[in-house]
Amino acid sequence: MEHRIVVAGFGGQGVLLIGQVLCYAGMAEGKNVSWLPSYGPEMRGGTASCSVIVSDGEIASPLVTEPEKLIVMNLPSFTKYEPLMEKGGTIYVNSSLIDAKSTRDDIKKCYIPCNDAAIAVGNARAANMAMLGAFLADTGVVSKESAMAALKKIFGERRAHLLPVNELAMDKGAEMMVKE
Amino acid sequence: MAKVLMKGNEAIAEAAILAGCRFYFGYPITPQNEIPEYMSRRMREVGGTFLQAESEVAAINMVYGAAGCGKRVMTSSSSPGISLKQEGLSYIAGAELPCVVVNMVRGGPGLGGIQPAQSDYYQATRGGGHGDYRMIVYTPSTVQEAAEMVAKAFTVADRYRIGVMILGDGMIGQIMEPVDLEAIKVEPENTKKLWATTGTDSKDGKRSVVNSLYIDPNELEVVNQRLEAKYDVIAAYETEYEEYMLDDADVMLVAYGTTARICKSAVAKAREEGIKLGLFRPKTVWPFPYDALAKAAEGKKAVISVEMSLGQMVDDVRIAVNGKCPVHFTGRTGGVIPTPKEILDYVKEVR
Repeated sequence: MEHRIVVAGFGGQGVLLIGQVLCYAGMAEGKNVSWLPSYGPEMRGGTASCSVIVSDGEIASPLVTEPEKLIVMNLPSFTKYEPLMEKGGTIYVNSSLIDAKSTRDDIKKCYIPCNDAAIAVGNARAANMAMLGAFLADTGVVSKESAMAALKKIFGERRAHLLPVNELAMDKGAEMMVKE
Repeated sequence: MAKVLMKGNEAIAEAAILAGCRFYFGYPITPQNEIPEYMSRRMREVGGTFLQAESEVAAINMVYGAAGCGKRVMTSSSSPGISLKQEGLSYIAGAELPCVVVNMVRGGPGLGGIQPAQSDYYQATRGGGHGDYRMIVYTPSTVQEAAEMVAKAFTVADRYRIGVMILGDGMIGQIMEPVDLEAIKVEPENTKKLWATTGTDSKDGKRSVVNSLYIDPNELEVVNQRLEAKYDVIAAYETEYEEYMLDDADVMLVAYGTTARICKSAVAKAREEGIKLGLFRPKTVWPFPYDALAKAAEGKKAVISVEMSLGQMVDDVRIAVNGKCPVHFTGRTGGVIPTPKEILDYVKEVR
């Protein structure tokens, strides 16, 4: 089983962090993982994205050109990546910021009001974790426990106090997800 | 120790530390900045020297100095910066000094772009500076392999007193993958370097001289012939390559570095469609695995060099194949990465 994921959004929305959590958690679960960020001018004020692969086998190309799972946090990312998706894939849309709906009939669609979910649990900046919570609830790419352990490692002691609100955001995102 | 998740650039820096590198000189440039960033922290922890020089030219000459003193030393840069270092690399070749140079290639020419490319192949394999010289050039395709090749590069550099290049690209520098640092083999450093300029105490009062100037052409010719003999030994013992799904293949891709990984995806796609595709991956591009490639090409319908350039390695592929079967080229350049589908479409076109 190989999950080929693209995570995309504005710089500052924490899209690279979503990818890193998936990688750390996948590695802890004994899987092969790779994380390839965009590092070009688009990062500086535009869209940021990363290709993430979580696989049981050896990872050949680390670049995901036709995402099988797509997470989009803003409209430019939706517009750019939705047409590139592999048939039969699933798109995860941050419906708080993206009004558009996918008109493709060959992919599955999940809409998550990530910013609303994050505000509801008391930290507007945790929208990325609301997305991650919903994504994991739908796909099971890694377990929520592994993701939390990864987040703990990434946050370190200095930001450990933010773990509970991030976990709440993950749960809220999963709860508010609408599947089509 | 368990595997750790590291960027290619960070893993390269840590592998250098593990291999006993205690001097790093560099100047910032995307996409390799994590190497100096990591070194600026780690060198202090291990009692080494990190110095951000005023330019790439200064950095390579600092490498020349440290190497002349027999110390394990590294610099890193990306394409435009590596161009600036060529004078120093030529001097290092002439003076026969060991060092390790990392090039995280980006699109060119000129300032070019910052996205991954393989357009510095000619420069890396033909001696980018002046004079009849070579550098050993390793081309890692995973983060683990990059770390292992760096550790090996220091050993090989010392063994032959030669500059060794790690030829990566923006993708191998920026990607994060699990690395097992304990799996990296580090051979103990032979610290008895009688050629190093470390004083006369252990040399019966004789001085060691680091020099690349030979005014008498007859003397210089002898130096060049000695270098040639050394390069022949390196070609015989240090050439490395990987053969992937070649046993039953009728079409063979040739690719190195991250492009080879994309080719592995193309091979998998091809085989799903019943196309017998395989891959030959040079792990050193100088010395180039001419003999092994010639053997692998025997009986193939076509050989295709796949590169992130307009076609540079394809020259070496043609030299190796020597007309025995058709050699083609496909690739993208300027920082654009070819997709497995594009490669497979090209395979279908030529087979």
